Amino acid sequence: MKTETKAVDINRNIGDFAYPEVHVRDAGTGLSEKTIHYISDVKEDPDWVREFRLRGLKTFLEKPLPTHWASKDLETINFDKIRYYLSPGTTAKRSWDEVPEDIKRTFERLGIPEQERKFLAGVEAQFDSEAVYSNIKKAVGEQGVIFVGSTEGLKNHPEIFRKWFGKVIPIADNKFSALNSAVFSGGSFIYVPPGVKVKHPLQAYFRINAENFGQFERTLIIADEGSEVTYMEGCTAPKFNTATLHSAVVELVALKGAKIQYITVQNWSANVFNLVTKRGLAHENAEVKWIDCNIGSRLTMKYPSVVLKGRKSRGEVLSIALANNGQHQDTGAKMIHAADETTSNIISKSISIGTGRATYRGLVHVPKHLKHCKNNTECDALLINATSRTDTYPAITVRGTGNAVQHEASVSQVSAEQIFYMQQRGLSEAQAMSLSVNGFVNDLVRQFPMEYSVELKRLIELEMEGSVG
Amino acid sequence: MTSSLTVDEMAGSKGILSGRVESRDFPDWFREQQSEAWKQFESLPSPTRKDQLWRFSNVDLLDLSPFKFGGILGDDERAAILDQSRGLDEVAARLIFAGDQLIHRDVVSEQLKKRGVIFQPLERAMVEHADLFRKHFMSQPAVLGSAKFAALHQALVSSGTFLYVPRGVEIETPIEIFHWLYGENASVFPHLLLVADELAKVTVIESFRSADRHLAGFACGVNDLIAGPGAKVTYVCAQTWGENVRALQMNTTTVDHDASAMSLNLHLGGRYSRFESLSRLIGDGARSDLLAVAVATNEQEFDARTLQDHVSAHTASDLLYKNALEGRARCTFGGLIRVEPHAHFTDAYQKVRNLLLSDDAEANSMPGLEILADNVRCTHGATSGQIDEDELFYLRSRGIPITVAQRLIVTGFLNEVIKRLDQPAIEHALQQLIEEKFAHQ
Repeated sequence: MKTETKAVDINRNIGDFAYPEVHVRDAGTGLSEKTIHYISDVKEDPDWVREFRLRGLKTFLEKPLPTHWASKDLETINFDKIRYYLSPGTTAKRSWDEVPEDIKRTFERLGIPEQERKFLAGVEAQFDSEAVYSNIKKAVGEQGVIFVGSTEGLKNHPEIFRKWFGKVIPIADNKFSALNSAVFSGGSFIYVPPGVKVKHPLQAYFRINAENFGQFERTLIIADEGSEVTYMEGCTAPKFNTATLHSAVVELVALKGAKIQYITVQNWSANVFNLVTKRGLAHENAEVKWIDCNIGSRLTMKYPSVVLKGRKSRGEVLSIALANNGQHQDTGAKMIHAADETTSNIISKSISIGTGRATYRGLVHVPKHLKHCKNNTECDALLINATSRTDTYPAITVRGTGNAVQHEASVSQVSAEQIFYMQQRGLSEAQAMSLSVNGFVNDLVRQFPMEYSVELKRLIELEMEGSVG
Repeated sequence: MTSSLTVDEMAGSKGILSGRVESRDFPDWFREQQSEAWKQFESLPSPTRKDQLWRFSNVDLLDLSPFKFGGILGDDERAAILDQSRGLDEVAARLIFAGDQLIHRDVVSEQLKKRGVIFQPLERAMVEHADLFRKHFMSQPAVLGSAKFAALHQALVSSGTFLYVPRGVEIETPIEIFHWLYGENASVFPHLLLVADELAKVTVIESFRSADRHLAGFACGVNDLIAGPGAKVTYVCAQTWGENVRALQMNTTTVDHDASAMSLNLHLGGRYSRFESLSRLIGDGARSDLLAVAVATNEQEFDARTLQDHVSAHTASDLLYKNALEGRARCTFGGLIRVEPHAHFTDAYQKVRNLLLSDDAEANSMPGLEILADNVRCTHGATSGQIDEDELFYLRSRGIPITVAQRLIVTGFLNEVIKRLDQPAIEHALQQLIEEKFAHQ
């Protein structure tokens, strides 16, 4: 076990610490039907969930790794050495006093209580597999908003949960969505009743704290007609020697006229495989917006998607990726237009530092006989060092005459003139570089909620340290 | 000039999948290469849609079993083909192939010959200029998906063009080559090997046509274009195969330091036509322009795959592909700009534009970037849209009927690419081919 490092320079290695593991339930390493039954038994799953898990396992085992297009690095994941389920053996806590002391300390370092004091509506923090702390502000609860862990959601609200669960992202969508379907635990379930506009963002922190332990949270958010909700997730994880796997599934359903905004700041430690499937379904006049920021992990593969199912629905993905030494940020977006007058917008900015590699992979699909669909895609990549790498692989399909699709991408480096100008005014080269990079992402960062944009700028500054000079 | 195939072999009309036709007058080393290539063709797997390089492509259309080696060309047919082989008014030289047999040849002027220009059929060049030939013939692997078909080409190629332009020689007028398909289910394997030495300058235009526009056929061509230091090479392809032809064309352009290469590919014919273009910039100051225009109608499918490979620093490439789609046509573009490590100060551009003119047309675009160096400026863009209502309204308000107005706008859209050639005679010829295609509908 690692001992706690001194809490100076708190931003520098945020999340880079660990506390002793006290896991009451442990499904052991490796994945078989036995593992599934163990998880289902412990979680007291209803029969349909157990069957769902078993179908997930079957599909996972059948599907090959997608290495015909994705990174060969996936082959280094040893699925037999991963622990698929761990739980502190406690149910979700609602009062701060009931939360175990060491977990409290972890949260404190992440600054959750302070942020809550500021303006968060509710905190749903996940420590390993189970939500250990969950608190919904009175006001939100009174509005009829359900904000619970996914296990609680499927048990207490089956009538809403079952209708949409696994519908936006089917089990067989990809190998990792199948894996998640087999072993999921944790994550959030949110239901916003018709017309309710949740003023403050709902927030959850996910953390990994057991070596070799993959975290498979499952989030389902349903915004009923005319409602609005913003959800924020931030990830930090302690560093371990062997690679850790994180494979989440996030499903969003925006019913008629609803708006969902989902914000992620991903800062896993540099040995984590982060393979996430995220998709939103937008009904008539609804809007789904993903704001996705990837800074950490060894390999991230994440392509937030929106299925534009209803007339005049809107989809948007704003993403920032920062790939430092040894990292591969393979991110992007998918927009599936399935109704008239649907519009989508993708703006992606990536920065490659040192030997880092940033990849944009996109898909825009406009089938035939749709009218007045519009897509705009912009991808900008910034290369910092001579060893940095960036790739762009979009795929755009358009049928018919009523639609307009445009895609633009550019790759550049920080302009020497800009750096010179700033140095001439007394900034060091590193400071100038950092300022320039922050300027590059600024128009996107501005769209983030304030506290996230501050945190993000700080993270970028830290990542830029030592990349020049 | 006689054909290397005897009448008996031709009469057999064997299926191409039964293998190589033996007993040609090729040197032993070349025949060995051919049998190696055949083995490779047989061992390589057929492409599937799951291959990234064949994504969106209708690979089912590539069933080669019906296709045979060409039949015998009668005197009347030969005369008819020669009569139809009208191209540019002024050319420096001309070769006409029908079913891979050379049926007509206009040699280069004595003056050019004296300065060392070599313009001859492939089978003669491999004997008389073996060193040059062996150095450049299919020296680059087919990396854009068609390795299997490149092997097939190598195994079955029986003729083609060899053009060598020595140091400092500038050929002002274009060199023209025709390839004709004739006969039911016939196949051809056209080849062009062009070597432009230091500071040489040359323009080649190749036309691909079918004697009968309704007959099925198969074409599998490979071009090796080499631009030496400071050379200037322009290559134009005018593809008007018959409506039931399956065609694959794999072109590799190698551009040395301070050289510039420009290629323009006009795709109008064929049921399925796939075109792979690899442009390698191997020396400082190299520049490559990749241009293409396609008019896809009815059930036609055009599949273009490109790679702008920046191997050396201070190189530039510019790609502009435009497609106009009608009926149930499909166009796929898969392009990649690759900037290799150390290829700093690269300036690369890539743009693909689709104009969709019917509700059933489909355009797939995959413009890609892989950048492994810094200090680069790389941009790409892809658009898909329809005719601008305002432009249409403007023309109609001036009394132009809607169908004519549409045609004008489409022609204008495509002309932007053709004008980049800056060679009026060729531009005019290409525009005429486009107009003929429109007139046929």
